Amino acid sequence: MFGEIRVFRQRPFDGNSHNLGEIVGTVQDRYQELSGQAEARRQEQLATNPILIQVGSATCEHAAGSREVFEEFRKHIVASGRDDILLHQTGCTGRCSREPIVGVFVPGQIPIKYERVDRELVHQIFTSHVQNNQPLLAHVLDGPVERVYAFEFLCCGSHRCGWEEGANLEASLPGLLKDAGVDLEQVNIARASCFGACSSGNEKTCSHVLVKPDKVLYRVCSTDDLKEIIEKHIQGGQIVDRLRVGGKTIGRKFFEIYGDVAFFNRQTRVALRHNGVLDPGSITEYFHYRGFQALAKVLDKGDPNWVIEQVKKSKLRGRGGGGFPTGNKWTMAAKAAEKIRYIICNADEGDPGAFMDRSMLESDPFNVVEGMIIGGFAIGASRGFFYVRAEYPLAIERIQNAIQECRRHGLLGKGILGSDFDFDLEVRLGAGAFVCGEETALIHSIEGERGQPRIRPPYPTESGLWGKPTVINNVETFANITAVINYGAEWLGQIGTPSSGGTKVFALAGKIRHTGLVEVPMGMTLRELVEEIGGGVVGGKKLKAVQTGGPAGGCIPAHMLDLPIDFDSLSKAGSIMGSGGMIVLDEDDCMVDVAKFFMTFSQDESCGKCTPCREGTTRMLEILERITHGKGTLEDLGLLERLAKLVKKSSLCGLGRAAPNPVLSTLNHFRDEYIAHVADKRCPAKKCAALLRYEIDPQKCVGCTVCARNCPVTCISGSRREVHVIDQERCIKCGRCAEVCRFNAVLRT
Amino acid sequence: MSTSTDNWEQVQATAKQVLGDNVVKFIESCRAEPNPESQLIAVLHKVQAEYGYLAEAHLDAVAQLMQIPAAKVAGVASFYHYYRLEPRGRFLINICMGTACYVKGADRVAQKLMDELGIRFGETTTDGVFTLEGTRCIGTCGLAPVMMIDDKVHAEVTPDQVPVILEKYLDQVRRAGSETSGRT
Repeated sequence: MFGEIRVFRQRPFDGNSHNLGEIVGTVQDRYQELSGQAEARRQEQLATNPILIQVGSATCEHAAGSREVFEEFRKHIVASGRDDILLHQTGCTGRCSREPIVGVFVPGQIPIKYERVDRELVHQIFTSHVQNNQPLLAHVLDGPVERVYAFEFLCCGSHRCGWEEGANLEASLPGLLKDAGVDLEQVNIARASCFGACSSGNEKTCSHVLVKPDKVLYRVCSTDDLKEIIEKHIQGGQIVDRLRVGGKTIGRKFFEIYGDVAFFNRQTRVALRHNGVLDPGSITEYFHYRGFQALAKVLDKGDPNWVIEQVKKSKLRGRGGGGFPTGNKWTMAAKAAEKIRYIICNADEGDPGAFMDRSMLESDPFNVVEGMIIGGFAIGASRGFFYVRAEYPLAIERIQNAIQECRRHGLLGKGILGSDFDFDLEVRLGAGAFVCGEETALIHSIEGERGQPRIRPPYPTESGLWGKPTVINNVETFANITAVINYGAEWLGQIGTPSSGGTKVFALAGKIRHTGLVEVPMGMTLRELVEEIGGGVVGGKKLKAVQTGGPAGGCIPAHMLDLPIDFDSLSKAGSIMGSGGMIVLDEDDCMVDVAKFFMTFSQDESCGKCTPCREGTTRMLEILERITHGKGTLEDLGLLERLAKLVKKSSLCGLGRAAPNPVLSTLNHFRDEYIAHVADKRCPAKKCAALLRYEIDPQKCVGCTVCARNCPVTCISGSRREVHVIDQERCIKCGRCAEVCRFNAVLRT
Repeated sequence: MSTSTDNWEQVQATAKQVLGDNVVKFIESCRAEPNPESQLIAVLHKVQAEYGYLAEAHLDAVAQLMQIPAAKVAGVASFYHYYRLEPRGRFLINICMGTACYVKGADRVAQKLMDELGIRFGETTTDGVFTLEGTRCIGTCGLAPVMMIDDKVHAEVTPDQVPVILEKYLDQVRRAGSETSGRT
């Protein structure tokens, strides 16, 4: 019914300059018209401004100073009088510890990304790289690098690539290049995750390689193919059309820019595929990256069941933590007798240590909006809500902008893309209550009530917002929807494990070298993620555990690092996937203290409605405090465990039911640390202040009196040039003496 | 939506006086849409953005104008952490107490702040310059530990940097003070 010819309403494309008037055509015609206009505008811009300087712009980038950097570039461009440079903003790539990140893209050259750019560096980049074509090798992202290569081969590292046992592009390329007489110093060879070009039944018969700077993706099925590419493309400057893969494959744009960076090229970017690639404020750019193509396809087919089938086939499971199959959830709402239905995007990312959703909303808002419109169509909703934390002002601004732009282009509102599907979106703000991430609490909050959960069933898909069938999905889930439609359900389904399809985004933080956002296929081991992508623990310390799932999750000890990351394996290990927070803990972290930290959070965030959670979290926190203050007993451990299991079983909602997880998992995997606290009154990680003892090493003390003068309770005695002594009775264990001693004479035991 | 009480004009006049034109206009636009009571949280955000906190008088006026029981308005205002029920100082210090920041020593930074300012979380210094609050994760975990003073994010803060950072803000106050006294 949607495919038929119909008359379009009058709707201008951009402001008043265009007016489509009465166009007659199908949904696809309307889409082609819109995307064609957007593309024309983009090409026009590229023709006059071929050089692109792109500056990261997201909360984390701004915190690192990217706004000043952007302004400084603007001033430099104006002052130089050059009119061939386009300065634009992009979202966050997820490489947090290296921000602000700036990309300088000159046609015909390998894209250069700079890290930790400040105003001084802007001046250098502009005068040296932009004006004189001399890139600053010392400041390249994850550099320094020795040279800028003339060519780059980016080989697909997916296990589905490779045409015979042991065929390895990466290993065979240097030899072939050398035989052909190519200067190896001019060529960089790197390996990346799947480009997404392997969907057409060519598994294990060929491999893929991206040749930069020409950005040509080749399908290689034999050594002769490789030889031909070297001879014709590298040496002859001719693109080998016979081997070229057309179309826009999913990982490609991202790898074209970032494929040479080790942190990125081990990832598989689906939900984050546009992060750091496009300008999050520009609908034109989004159109260029296949924006709204999925929506057009869906409306053109006009069959909600087809959409739900695709989502089911992709094995997509809810990315907010629960892991409920998205397709099943949609089916339940679509089958409801009530015709007024709602769809909600849960962007109340409250887990401490998680920022995946923020990054997606700030860096690729149109993608999430498009995913929601498709979801709305599939379940038959005409109104949708973004529930966003008030703590994310930039994400709110970008989503609001995306909604307005969509309305302006007829992608939201009445008769979307000329079909008879009506749908609109609204932003609703949270107000800092962690429990509102729970779906029934979230619904109450949208209704303007206190965010307290209620008993399920009935589930929201049956009776949700204002009593109507409601589907609530997480930001990341919606971000995957366009990929399912555009790149194929089978393709997404074959990434990951048999039960969990696709990828998952994690926020890596804590004691890890490379903090940031990573997106990896389900089923990758924790070890690969932490050690290979994250670069291992900082400062040569030993990894103790990885905490996943935030306050609802648990700690996975170092000896279990070979665990594959998927919903089922993690829950078997006593933790959860959660929304994707991943905190790396090292030998200096006390596991009892970590459990106490999460319990403090859960106790504070308990909404108070049900007794097991309200009282249980309070009592568990009291016991944990007793233990960390050296007043715990062995009986306390049994009590704690019993209470934890009780709260887990009897709480009303997910918050209470999951709150004991950090306690139970640390009791399970790190019981010896608990015993050290209660039996020996000792904190093995030297973190719990009350269990520490400060002493002065008589061998090292030179009697400088600095510690005595700084002691807040004056419990250190000794005169000048004499060994000092701490009065253990009066010591409050503040650690000030150890901080100020310049001779490392204060021992902490 | 039509007027709801027989003293509606008086209700409007009082609300205007307490909440100001901006907020009243916002509430009236909310009342024109379906499910207006669901906008309570948005209205309270608006009031807080305007006045820095939610005073009792604000809550009463909102209840009257939105025709929502005052008990419910007070319940919502006190339930959510984001709402402040006491006036705040000139600068609002928010120290992130998220996991990543905690693991990297936010507790020591927080202790240093409390020592330097002589106040605890949720309190304001007697001179009205600083209000100290602990916040949930602000999502910049890669830069932990993080402290926000108003909108400015201070990344990778150590306890030793705390006095230096505070001094900069105190300096601003002093400069502003000398300017005004110079003028009078």
